[in-house]
Amino acid sequence: MRRIKVTVDGKTHEHEVEPRLLLIHYLREVLGIGGAHSGCDTSNCGACTILMNGESVKSCTVLAVQADGEDIMTVQGLAKNGEWHPVQTAFHEAHGLQCGYCTPGMIMATISLLKEKPNPSEEEIREGLEGNLCRCTGYENIVKAVKQAAGSPVS
Amino acid sequence: MTEQAQKYVGGGVPRKEDPALVTGKATWTDNIKLPGMLHFALLRSPMAHAKITNIDASEALAMPGVQAVYTAEDINNDMAAGLPCAWLVTEDMKSPVHQPLAKDEVKHLGDAVAVVVADDRYVAKDALEYIDVDYEELPVVTKMEDALKSDSPLVHEEFGTNECYTWPLATGDVDEAFKNAPVIVKERYIQQRLLPTAIECRAVVANPDPVNGGFTVYTATQIPHILKSVLAGICGVPEQKMRVVAPDVGGGFGSKLNIYAEEALAVVLARKLGVPVKWVEERSENYLATTHGRDQIQDLEIAATSEGKILGLKVKLLADMGAYLQIFTPGIPTFGGFMFPGVYDFENYSFECKGVFTNKTPTDAYRGAGRPEAAYGIERIMDSLAREVGVAPEEIRRRNFYEPFDEPTETPAGIQYDSFNLQGALDKVLELADYEGLRAEQKRRRDDNDPVQLGIGFSTYTEICGLAPSQVLAAVGLGGAGWEAATVRMLASGTVEVVTGTTPHGQGHVTSWSQIAADVLGVTPDDVEVLHGDTAISPLGRDTYGSRSLTVGGVAVHLAAGKVVEKAKKIAAHMLEAAEDDIEFENGTFSVAGSPDQNVSMATVAGEAFLGINLPEGMEPNLTEDSSFDPPNFTYPFGAHICVTEVDTETGFVKVRDYFAVDDCGPIINPIIADGQIHGGIAQGLAQAIYEEAIYDEDGNLVTGSMLDYLIPGAPEIPHFTLDRTITPSPSNPLGVKGIGEAGTIGSPPAAVNSVIDALSTHGVTHIDMPTSPMKVWTAIQNAKGERAGTRDADRSGRPAQATDNVDEKGSESL
Ligand code: FES
Ligand code: FES
Repeated sequence: MRRIKVTVDGKTHEHEVEPRLLLIHYLREVLGIGGAHSGCDTSNCGACTILMNGESVKSCTVLAVQADGEDIMTVQGLAKNGEWHPVQTAFHEAHGLQCGYCTPGMIMATISLLKEKPNPSEEEIREGLEGNLCRCTGYENIVKAVKQAAGSPVS
Repeated sequence: MTEQAQKYVGGGVPRKEDPALVTGKATWTDNIKLPGMLHFALLRSPMAHAKITNIDASEALAMPGVQAVYTAEDINNDMAAGLPCAWLVTEDMKSPVHQPLAKDEVKHLGDAVAVVVADDRYVAKDALEYIDVDYEELPVVTKMEDALKSDSPLVHEEFGTNECYTWPLATGDVDEAFKNAPVIVKERYIQQRLLPTAIECRAVVANPDPVNGGFTVYTATQIPHILKSVLAGICGVPEQKMRVVAPDVGGGFGSKLNIYAEEALAVVLARKLGVPVKWVEERSENYLATTHGRDQIQDLEIAATSEGKILGLKVKLLADMGAYLQIFTPGIPTFGGFMFPGVYDFENYSFECKGVFTNKTPTDAYRGAGRPEAAYGIERIMDSLAREVGVAPEEIRRRNFYEPFDEPTETPAGIQYDSFNLQGALDKVLELADYEGLRAEQKRRRDDNDPVQLGIGFSTYTEICGLAPSQVLAAVGLGGAGWEAATVRMLASGTVEVVTGTTPHGQGHVTSWSQIAADVLGVTPDDVEVLHGDTAISPLGRDTYGSRSLTVGGVAVHLAAGKVVEKAKKIAAHMLEAAEDDIEFENGTFSVAGSPDQNVSMATVAGEAFLGINLPEGMEPNLTEDSSFDPPNFTYPFGAHICVTEVDTETGFVKVRDYFAVDDCGPIINPIIADGQIHGGIAQGLAQAIYEEAIYDEDGNLVTGSMLDYLIPGAPEIPHFTLDRTITPSPSNPLGVKGIGEAGTIGSPPAAVNSVIDALSTHGVTHIDMPTSPMKVWTAIQNAKGERAGTRDADRSGRPAQATDNVDEKGSESL
């Protein structure tokens, strides 16, 4: 067991964890963050995408011990004082989600994408989200949501 | 549709489902944690066919944190019956015993042989490695044509054959039609096996109820109501003590429309151990343990006049059942049998389907369930017919369309289409796509010998929606009970609860049903709460599949709300001291005709109904009404699609450049949601046409056993969609609605493949099977070149559908 100290959505946690514990399972099982999803066991689907020190990572490819001392943001930490993050609003308004299972990952990947490219072209949006799979929307309205979010102030 | 003023219906009301989903607060089954809950994991067979000679679990049992290890001996006797197949397509259909754990023999890769129950998931998974199973390998059969040979290994020895059933359907005189036909075209198409891949895998939690001795089962399912009855029956729990909850469910596409071993196991384990238990599927496990889709060999023959008017159609299918029959396995391809005639008006039709057992995961419903297969067959062969008689693909279709109609019309398959106007949809899509411009560009590229050729592919489809008329379901072997239920109640505060028997998992029923109820009751959608997915809250329901939710369940909401207004009107008349006939209802207010000042609001009436103090003589208190809607007929949405591809003739790479779709699903409740369904449907169809294929090797190993190997298209692989619609109401229900959940998946595969072939037509290519991978496209081009050069024995591996041993090379092709 190893002791780790991780800040998640602005709150610092300390736990003894098995070295093999995946970050996604630490978030879900230990911290009870049900908004971080898991959709595969090969790092393909992107449902588990979170921000680590502001960069998007697939939390199933990171061990909890590797997150020791790091700053993690999940979809559950985005809203500030009840106000949604503009990317959350854009996904809602553009109908960028159906079942919503890919959505937290898509939203986190979008935040990271827009940080790198504040005004992405349609092609850049599609390429930028290639690590996140959605089975419901055909991506049409996800692309629309990202475009809409790019037009609004994005942190 | 015109009974009430439509204020919210037809408008793009933003989804009420979204706030929980975009903030990460949804309740997925995997988020459920109960005090004292244990976790279970399944040991799955690494072989496709083998005898189990011994299982030694002692080492696993001794591990810290392991609470129990069970095999078939311990579990199957706790079952009152095995896992059921509910679709008896023929009287003599062979239906194998299917228990949650395999006893003496495993019959496909991933067949479960033992279950470990432990304190947490990691421990349960670890312990699986310490169970020793001795297997004695048996010969394996994975290909249907091999399985039907007399010397084939048998999946179920006791049947003496791998044939599950043969189901025929014939109308008119097909042989006569073919005898003198000037044109006959014959084709073989492969419907490859697919992995449904809802992004949320399955999960189940079973919790024993200490008070009534029953169970609450939380499960990622599309069918909590069906599951409640069936699970109670097979686990030996009184139905009234079984409660099933479908919490938020992350997509289904048919793969969560089943009674799965793990759901039964959860109940049995919770009963044995007296504590809540949980199982969460992993993706590679999902690819073995959750049903697969499609997997047919289709032989079609069409007879026509020299002008291309259809005289008759013969279809023969081989349909892969896999190793067992899940709930609807045998009926998926036979259901498709009704749809091969497509949107074309002709008379003579014959269909025969053979269900075949193989040592593979069972197939079952996957988005479209039998209809994408049928639409693919007819729409591909229509293009072949067009080539044969030398007319354009849009023209061959026009020559065979039904004249538009709005009353039920008999089809060659003996069913009744509800209302059609294919001409309208085709005209619209031609304009939307700038068809002339596309053909001009295609010609330019051809004239310039551009290595990247342009393809323009059509499909004009219909499909059967709204699984419904109970009597029809009974007639096709599905038992009946096709109705859908709703309750609408006005609360004392004037707000509304709608209880529905449908079970959304992405389709937005909460929003759409709110719109429907709001318009009837004169409230706003925000005043309406829609309750669903829990058999304790919504006791009556037949759930969500087959694009039935709106056409049956949404209509039930509409009807129940109408009954509420009827009763409220009587109360209003009493309160206003007027005759009921003189009461008008508009915008949530009852008033006396001719004296609008004499009025009372729906909210006030609701309060009065609740208090029960001043009601008409003999009337019971409360404003709550039920409806169980059982429609007279199915609904048949239709549409015309054009897929535009760019095909690189040097590399075989196919890029879908544009996709144009004009769909007609009758009046629209929420255009944003309807369009979203079409987008997702088209994408899933393109996935089949161009990218996905579940590949088994000869030993029955699933070569595409994880997301690394199975190519789910991402955003870069899917084009922008340009949509439009026509509106032809259905006579099958009072809202005129038709259903839209599967239409895209049904229309798009043939449009895409026809497009690729159109791009290569000047290269002499006339056939490529799905998925149109670069290797297959490139090989088809080379073969066509070879044939043109006069080589008689050109390598035909690029046309695997034409050869009997057709799938050998695919492992290397689709990647
Ligand atoms: S769970 Fe699929 S990429 Fe992490
Ligand atoms: S919304 Fe269902 S997977 Fe994306």
